Formats: sequence, structure tokens, C-alpha cells
Amino acid sequence: MRETATKKGSLEGFSREEVLNMLRRMLFYRRFEEKAEEGYAIGKIGGFCHLHIGQEAAAEGCIGPLREDDYVVSAYREHTQALAKGMDARHVMAELYGRSAGSSAGKGGSMHIFGTEQAFMGGHGIVGAQVPLATGMGWAIKYRGEDRVAMCFMGDAAVNQGAFHESLNMAAVWELPVIYVVENNEYGMGTAFHRVSATRVEDRSVAYGIPSSAVNGQDVLEVWRHFQELVGQVREGGGPRFVEVRTYRFRGHSMSDPVSGTYRSKDEVTERTERDDPITLLRDRLFEAELLTQEELNSLDQEVRAEVQEAVDFADSAPFPDPSELYTHVYSCINEHGRLFFDGRDR
Amino acid sequence: MAEITYRDALNQALAEEMERDDSVFLMGEEVAEYDGAYKVSKGLLDRFGELRVVDSPISELGFAGLGVGAAMVGLRPIIEFMTFNFSLLALDQVINSAAKMLYMTGGQINIPMVFRGPSGAALQLAAQHSQAAETWYVHAPGIKVVTPATPADAKGLMKAAIRDDDPVAVMEGELLYNVRGEVPEGDHVIPLGLADVKREGGDVSIITHGKTVHLALQAAKRLEKEGIEAEVLDLRSLRPLDVDAILATVRKTNRAVYLEEGWPYVGVGAQVAATIQEEAFDDLDAPVLRVTQADVPMPYAKNLEQLAKPNAERVIAACKRVLYRT
Repeated sequence: MRETATKKGSLEGFSREEVLNMLRRMLFYRRFEEKAEEGYAIGKIGGFCHLHIGQEAAAEGCIGPLREDDYVVSAYREHTQALAKGMDARHVMAELYGRSAGSSAGKGGSMHIFGTEQAFMGGHGIVGAQVPLATGMGWAIKYRGEDRVAMCFMGDAAVNQGAFHESLNMAAVWELPVIYVVENNEYGMGTAFHRVSATRVEDRSVAYGIPSSAVNGQDVLEVWRHFQELVGQVREGGGPRFVEVRTYRFRGHSMSDPVSGTYRSKDEVTERTERDDPITLLRDRLFEAELLTQEELNSLDQEVRAEVQEAVDFADSAPFPDPSELYTHVYSCINEHGRLFFDGRDR
Repeated sequence: MAEITYRDALNQALAEEMERDDSVFLMGEEVAEYDGAYKVSKGLLDRFGELRVVDSPISELGFAGLGVGAAMVGLRPIIEFMTFNFSLLALDQVINSAAKMLYMTGGQINIPMVFRGPSGAALQLAAQHSQAAETWYVHAPGIKVVTPATPADAKGLMKAAIRDDDPVAVMEGELLYNVRGEVPEGDHVIPLGLADVKREGGDVSIITHGKTVHLALQAAKRLEKEGIEAEVLDLRSLRPLDVDAILATVRKTNRAVYLEEGWPYVGVGAQVAATIQEEAFDDLDAPVLRVTQADVPMPYAKNLEQLAKPNAERVIAACKRVLYRT
């Protein structure tokens, strides 16, 4: 039942340009999240803000092989997945800033990034709740006889939710074109996966007969190759797939949580961030293959930083939503008869 | 006009709307091969095929969420709950996904779907199978709720609900499926948000919704023998709520009783009473009273169940109290 990725670690099969693009985009995700971190620290961004730092290869390697019209659905650690799917960084940053120019007009925030034009379908805040939604998109693809794929991201903690199991069962019964991707960063907030889970992540789809596989989520090339193959299988009618992407969360659960503490040691975090940084790993490989120089990397980083700064400037100068926006987008159809709001608004 | 059952009226509505729009499909437990637990979907599998009439596993949270996901990309799912009791398992998807989606996407994604099934008590089904679900749903902005009491309303409101671009819960009544009534021929659609005066009267208003409309009519008939003319206002739609009709009947009779199957605390009657005192205080000659289920889980024993449910005697007593008659 299990399929494993082959050709681990090598650059084989990719052109220099392709690999440099991956590096550039992962660098872009990193700098974007660092700016989000900064924005949170200075009070420009509020609420919960979950950073993807350390997990960039999962966004790039999983989403990269998708087509523009394939659906991506995610949880609340989704900024970089939205960017990977093609959303404009300015609109995503403006959403984090709670501004009217944000992708959800400032009404969603960090946990609810949506871009229907890019088929990025959120941005969902309840652990595991996005899994039935993605399954429904898979259903719609089958219903319409399309050859799209729906990709559903979740954290490791989501595999203990009922919604997850109910969804995998239905996807298997109806052979839906959905790829379920578990980004296993080892912790559900501050609880290590193994402490509250009877079986491993990669075993969780076996009961439903859905082929399962696991990849090193810090190696973007391995992730990309593996997903390229899976996307092809699913697009050709192979039914659902389940993948554990093994990664590590470099920051706290959200900006309001500590990076280390009672649940994981500072030493662990230091060791893992030094050893498993997906950007450093790819950089070193390019250095070794003499496909990239330090100067080239520096200029790439400068470009990326400028682009992210432009997104920040755009967000910071965008107006807050007009007070009249409070009551818009509650219903798409205001019925001719009867009252829909009960706070005294339409009296 | 043909006289048909409430069940057949719903069946016609589903079939006509599925015929009209290819993006409408029906999913739920027992809806296809079994023809529906209450036979509402009888014959639809043969007519529309297994992609449009779909037997789900017993996974309320899962298939409700699947429906929301399909609606996010433009299909128009009808998700049947065998009863709304089981929909409590699905409330996360109903409230957190369906009701809030349009808002948290900044208007990008509407959810054109229907959640339907029977709500409220039947006979001796005990605590977990006997509860009115209206309050759970109507509480959340972003969702609409209708509660048809007659075959004509069932057909007309179901068709309007399927055509609405927002999530609509259509709460039917398990004991109503065999009720017969006249249903207009043709494309019979009743707009959401319109209440209906089921009986005219000038002395007291009994305002209600869903199955208890029939109880209100029984009570009104008995009151008539005592010289009291009760008006029965059937809200039909709880959100949007026809506040104009509520205020009109209160202005006419100056006395109101709210009758509902559900529990009193934060019930529909509580909302209606609040609305009346806010907007028609000077028209009232007595406080608004409520007749509800007893504030207990539904008991099994026949005699206790009868005590727990609203009945005509309690409605009559409440009407007399607001009329200061004993």
C-alpha cells in the first residue's frame, strides 16, 4: 500500500532555473513570514498569527506541481501556501493587517486567507474542519467530470479529529480526486504528536484503503518529485492519496506562544532549525553543485526582501475597512421580505 | 389545486428543482436506495441517478462538510439529516463553515445549499430523538431557517430555499409528513421571510411556527366556542423573520402568545417577545406569554411526554391569561 519517493536528495530531473526558482520562492515565503512576525510584534497584526517558518518546502514542493485550477484548501498556518498558489503578497499582507485591500477585505485575518481566482480555498480555523470541505471540492470535480485535483493541507493534530476520518472514508468510497497532505511538524500546539496518538500519521489512511506515503518535508526537491507523481496519478482517476510531509515548526504554535518551554527544549529547537532548514539545505546543495554563488544568493535575497517590503508598504498604507462593511457579506442574498439582522440595525 | 401529502409536496419540490438545475444534488443517510427514511426522496434515485441522489455513510459532520465544500465551488447541495437531532454532530460545519464563509472570505464565497430533515418531537422517541433544533440554527447570522407547516408551504418554501444563494435550513416535521392539503399547481414558490395568517381573529394572537401551527388552530377552534377569536400567525420563516406581520397582528389584538415545540430559554418565542416589547410596547394590553416544551429533556413514558409537550389546554390557558379571563 505504501509508496516511497525515489531519487532522494539529488538535483536530477530539474533545471538550474527551476531549482533557483524554488529557492527564490522559499526565500520569499521566509521573508514574508518574518515581516508578519515583525508586524505582529509592533501591533500592526493582531489576533492569532501562525507562522510557517521552517515548513516552506511543504508549500513549495506540494503546490508547485499543481495546475492553476486545482483547488488548495488549508488550515490556519496557510500564508505561504496562499502565496505558493499564486496569491498576491500585497493582498495577503493587507489581510494580516486587517485592511480593506486584504484578500478577504480585512474580515478574515491571518487564519482566513482565501483567493478564489487562484483556487486557494482557505484558510480554516477549526482543526480538521477543512478536510470535509476539500472532500466536497473533490466531489464537485467528480460531479462535473473535470480533471482537476483538490489538495488538502492539515497539521498532524488534525488526524485525530472525527472530520478527518469521516472524510477519508467518503473519499475512498467515491474515489475522489483529493490529495490529503499532513504537514507533520511534530507538535499540535504544545503537545507532541506521539503523546496523544496511538498510531503513526502515515498509518492513518490505511484503514480506508487510501495509498499512503511519507516524504522528507525539508527537502523541497524530494517533495516536488513525489507530489508531481501523485498529482498525475490522482488526475488520471487514481482516487485519493494520503501523504505525510515530515517537517518541523521553527516558531511557536502562534505568535502568542513560546518557541520552546515546557513542551520542547531550546536545545531541540536550535538543533533542528540548524540541521533541517529547507532553505539552507537547498542553498548548500546548489553551492556544492556550483550552480549558485554567495553573491547571486545575496542579490536574490535583496530582490525578495524588496518585494516583501513592497507588500508591507502596500498593507500599511491601505485604509481600514469602512464601518459600513460591518454588515456586508453576511448574506449574499438579502431577501425582499423579512428581517435578517436582530441587533436593531434595520429598524 | 391538487390535495397531496406534505411528504409528496416536498418530493415534488426536490424533483422540480433538480430538473430545473443540474447543480442541485441530494445527499444524506438512506436518501437513495431506501427512498429516504421518511420516503421524502422516493423515486429520485431512479429519476436522477446515483451522482445526484447519494446515500452517505452515517457521518453527519463529514457529509455536511462535504456539502459545504461542494457549495464553495458552485454546486447547490441539499444535505438531508435523517432528523435534525443528528445534525448536532454537524453543527461545526453548519455554523463555522457554512454560515460564516461569505463573511470571512470578504464576499468571495457564498454557500448556496440546503440542510433539511425533520425537527422536533414525534412520539415516545425519548430525549435524544425529540428536540426542536430551530434555536441552534437561527442563532447564527449567515444562515436562514424556514419551518413549513402545510403541504403548500412545504413545497413553496423548499423551492425557494433551494434557489436561495445562502445556506437555508428547512426544518420539517416528522408528524407532518402524512398531513394532506391543497398545493397550487405549477411553479409554486413562497418567498422566504413571509409569515402567513392561518386564521383571522381579533381578540388574541397566537404566533407560532412549524408543527405547532396545527395545535394553535385546534386551540383557536376551542376558544371560538367560548367566544374568543384567536388569530393564528404562522411565521413560516424564522430568519428572515416577518417582523411586519408580527407587529401587525399585535396591533390588531393587543395580546400575544408565542407557541413553540422547543425549550423556552433563548427560544424563538424569546426573540419574538423581545421584538414585540421593543417595537410594539404601547400596543400591548398584557405581557407576551410563551407556551413551550417543559424545560426538561424529553421523557419516554407516554404520560410524561404528554406533560412535557405543549398542548391545546396550555395554549388556551395562556390566551385567557393575556385576556385576563379565567
